Amino acid sequence: MEEKIKARVMDSRKIKRAIQRMTTEIIERNRNLTNLVIIGIRTRGIYLGKRISKLIKELENTDIPVGVLDITLYRDDFSELEAQHMVKKTEIDFSVGKKDVLLIDDVLFTGRTIRAAMDSLIDLGRPNSIQLLVLIDRGHRELPIRADYVGKVLPTSKREIVHVQFKEIDKSDEVLITEPAEIK
Amino acid sequence: MPFNHKHLLGTQFLSPSDITTVLDTAESMLEISTREVKKVPALRGKTIINLFFEPSTRTRSSFEMAAKRLSADIINFSKETSSTVKKESLKDTVLNLEAMNTDALIIRHSSSGALHFISTFCKSHIINAGDGAHEHPTQALLDAFTIRQEKKSIEGLRILIVGDILHSRVARSNIFLLKKLGAEVTLAGPPPLVPEEFKKFGVDIDFNLDRAIKGADVVMMLRIQLERQQKNFFPSIREYRNLYSLTTKRFRLAKKNAIIMHPGPINRGVEISADLADSAKSLILKQVENGIAVRMAVLYLLLGGKEREITD
Repeated sequence: MEEKIKARVMDSRKIKRAIQRMTTEIIERNRNLTNLVIIGIRTRGIYLGKRISKLIKELENTDIPVGVLDITLYRDDFSELEAQHMVKKTEIDFSVGKKDVLLIDDVLFTGRTIRAAMDSLIDLGRPNSIQLLVLIDRGHRELPIRADYVGKVLPTSKREIVHVQFKEIDKSDEVLITEPAEIK
Repeated sequence: MPFNHKHLLGTQFLSPSDITTVLDTAESMLEISTREVKKVPALRGKTIINLFFEPSTRTRSSFEMAAKRLSADIINFSKETSSTVKKESLKDTVLNLEAMNTDALIIRHSSSGALHFISTFCKSHIINAGDGAHEHPTQALLDAFTIRQEKKSIEGLRILIVGDILHSRVARSNIFLLKKLGAEVTLAGPPPLVPEEFKKFGVDIDFNLDRAIKGADVVMMLRIQLERQQKNFFPSIREYRNLYSLTTKRFRLAKKNAIIMHPGPINRGVEISADLADSAKSLILKQVENGIAVRMAVLYLLLGGKEREITD
């Protein structure tokens, strides 16, 4: 499907500042940082999680482990999906039981991914608490879910698509809004 | 790559990319069996029937566990306790079970091609758990998965399959699959059990095990199927053991880091010596463990997601 770029809403400087601000908020709110663990939702939640973990290490000299969560097997829209989703690995080599889990994703939209991620986490153990961090909150929630830390609130129409790109896997750090091109 | 099949009837119908999709998916499934809660909701609400017209320990319980770990509901059917003893035909049995709104049938049958026949009238997904001397695709997939785990890649490996090739569905499924992934396959065993026609599948045949085993990366032993052996294919078990049993001495002729595989059940002291079967070189129990992840992958790929445009 062809997509037309409508706007570049964040560049690498803006992304960096948002991450710095959110990291400070995390440190402020979690007095016992040693009990914090980060779980990044595949794919871009992982890179966001790693950057935050690195920043906490720089600021507070505390190591925060980062795990990777694949939510494919917990999706609630199996029967509606057109294409099959490849199941990828969940890689969490520490226990989440009794931990304060910081769940991280790039974009918060309907909330269904987060619902699936929470179900999955609770099957892995009983966390002390779960907090949610997203770089972009684009609205249109279908479930009663909200984020504790938000990089940027971005009002969008449902038709639009928000792309978060990280230089670890994409060309550069940026956030784009695109729209499917008109079918002629 | 999407997996566009309605049924899994045999490895001969899979493309190399289909095989890689199954193995990669199984890689992700492996971790689920190590969790405290060994269950994910992916196939919640799906009904699967294990339909076994032949005995089985590993395959049936492995499929059952795989289905349960994906939250599907599974029912076990065995020939002895069913209306098959009242002479109900295969077709009627399947149609009646399917009338209970099943999503998939996992079937083992003693006739080669029985599964193909069932797939012509059945609306559910059909998974072959062994049909006569034809195919046993999930066994070959889990063998490939285990080899890949140990050797990283299958391409270019020298794989030796030893024993009763004639009656073995495991051998056929493995030959199709391993050739597709670029392995060099050699078959060894007594001439009446290793038919020349297999050469058309692109494999080498050597009736002398001591010669064939030289330089092998993987030695796959097959069970001597006494129940299928009405004719005398070899003079005696003792002779078979002398010529074709995998002993420590013989195994030294293979590559230094070679591995031993066996689909089970093993006849200890016949096709493989007991000490070798229990040694670190033997991956027999690893195969069983991996079997669950591979079958979870197969069930997920066939049953997960919307009814798709199916090409086969």
